[in-house]
Amino acid sequence: MSTPDAPLLVAEGLSKRYGQRIGCADVSLGIHEGEVVAVVGESGSGKSTLLGLLSTQLLPDAGNVRYRMRSGDERNLFALGEAERRFLLRTDWGFVHQDARLGLRMGVSAGGNVGERLMAVGWRHYGRIRAEAENWLERVEIARERIDDCPSAFSGGMRQRLQIAKNMVTRPRLIFMDEPTGGLDVSVQARLLDLIRSFVGDYGLAAVIVTHDLAVARLLSHRIIVMRHGRVIETGLTDQVLDDPREPYTQLLVASVLQV
Amino acid sequence: MTHDREMIRLRAVAKTFVMHLRGGASLPVVSGVSFDVRAGECVVLGGPSGAGKSSILKMIYGNYRADSGRIEIQGRAGWIDLAHAEPRAILALRKSTIGYVSQFLRVIPRVSAHDIVAAAARQTGLDSAAADRRSAFLLEILNIPERLWRLPPATFSGGEQQRINIACGFAAERPILLLDEPTASLDAANRAAVVELISARKRAGAAILGIFHDEEVRDRVADREVDVRTFSPEVHAA
Repeated sequence: MSTPDAPLLVAEGLSKRYGQRIGCADVSLGIHEGEVVAVVGESGSGKSTLLGLLSTQLLPDAGNVRYRMRSGDERNLFALGEAERRFLLRTDWGFVHQDARLGLRMGVSAGGNVGERLMAVGWRHYGRIRAEAENWLERVEIARERIDDCPSAFSGGMRQRLQIAKNMVTRPRLIFMDEPTGGLDVSVQARLLDLIRSFVGDYGLAAVIVTHDLAVARLLSHRIIVMRHGRVIETGLTDQVLDDPREPYTQLLVASVLQV
Repeated sequence: MTHDREMIRLRAVAKTFVMHLRGGASLPVVSGVSFDVRAGECVVLGGPSGAGKSSILKMIYGNYRADSGRIEIQGRAGWIDLAHAEPRAILALRKSTIGYVSQFLRVIPRVSAHDIVAAAARQTGLDSAAADRRSAFLLEILNIPERLWRLPPATFSGGEQQRINIACGFAAERPILLLDEPTASLDAANRAAVVELISARKRAGAAILGIFHDEEVRDRVADREVDVRTFSPEVHAA
């Protein structure tokens, strides 16, 4: 058992190689309930590998990840059975992908995409599932009458919002996001960021957000982890790292942002 | 809050910026910064531009990191050295204890002026009705026209955004208040409103540390001045 102030997730010494290339080297971090951590760095810095390892979608060469389950038990994620792991992925965790096709079934209706996650946790009553799906579509600002449309007919921004609805329906405690606003128009981004920000605040979600956009990190995160060549080179409070960057690479990242 | 109780204690705080993009040039800002601020007093940081006044405020808020020394803050559960605290502890202190008002508003997309201020008020535990009232009160005394309250401030004028930011800073009533030129470029009516807000926080026992270039404002709110030139790195190197 753990104290209430104990982290939700603790990673220790995570390393992953792809042949000779380093994906992620000796990364340790803790995430508390309600805490939003942004992982920033350029392409190839290892941030997506880290996200994959934390969410058990990749297996590390070394290191482990411990997670405090809803029951209060701390478990080593790489020792979970496949059924337990899938249950965790479908209920206590959410995943918002940059490419909506990885997070949604494009040929299944919006309502079906949301409902699927409810059925996975045992909901059976069609009317109740549909009502709950409608409720969440509304919260992510998708009109009720679109419930029977497939995401293939949705705009990029709507697909991202549908991914969020699908995740939120089981009230997860932790959400992993991989460039959630990547490739969207600025106005569409703003709407999505505002939704994410309010859900995180209202539901006390913890989140790990991989982004190369420092403005996204500034708006959403409490803490920043800067990665380069697979290593964490700087970490701290978001405004501290962005306003008083210490490492040469972080200073370069911050100095490279276009001011508007 | 007990008046006269020490709330902020700085001891031998030093800060140097190292500019890696300029060949690792070292830019010493302050060193040997030591002073206290008590509950119910307003201390002003004095000295010329570039002397490090803002940097000192930012270190006390945890926005800049101190290289050495201690920045002790009287939190709810006793003293915390913010210079060596975990990010989570700093965030908790900001929520419960330290307010900070700068001149610049960081706009949140799509959130209205009224809601930005109300959200700030809720941070120290006001319920939503009380937070809404506090927001309306502040927007009104800072002369934000009511037709703007429901709009996001992104398109507001610089002066209006500055006043929204001030409203946010005063929305939650925390025991420590840091003010970085809150009245810069305000007109007389709004300056007077801010002076009144500061005085009210002082009477309520807040420990206030500020930078005010406006002499009239400074004379009306300040109890004493700390001259930042005495923390110049050259003085201490000599």
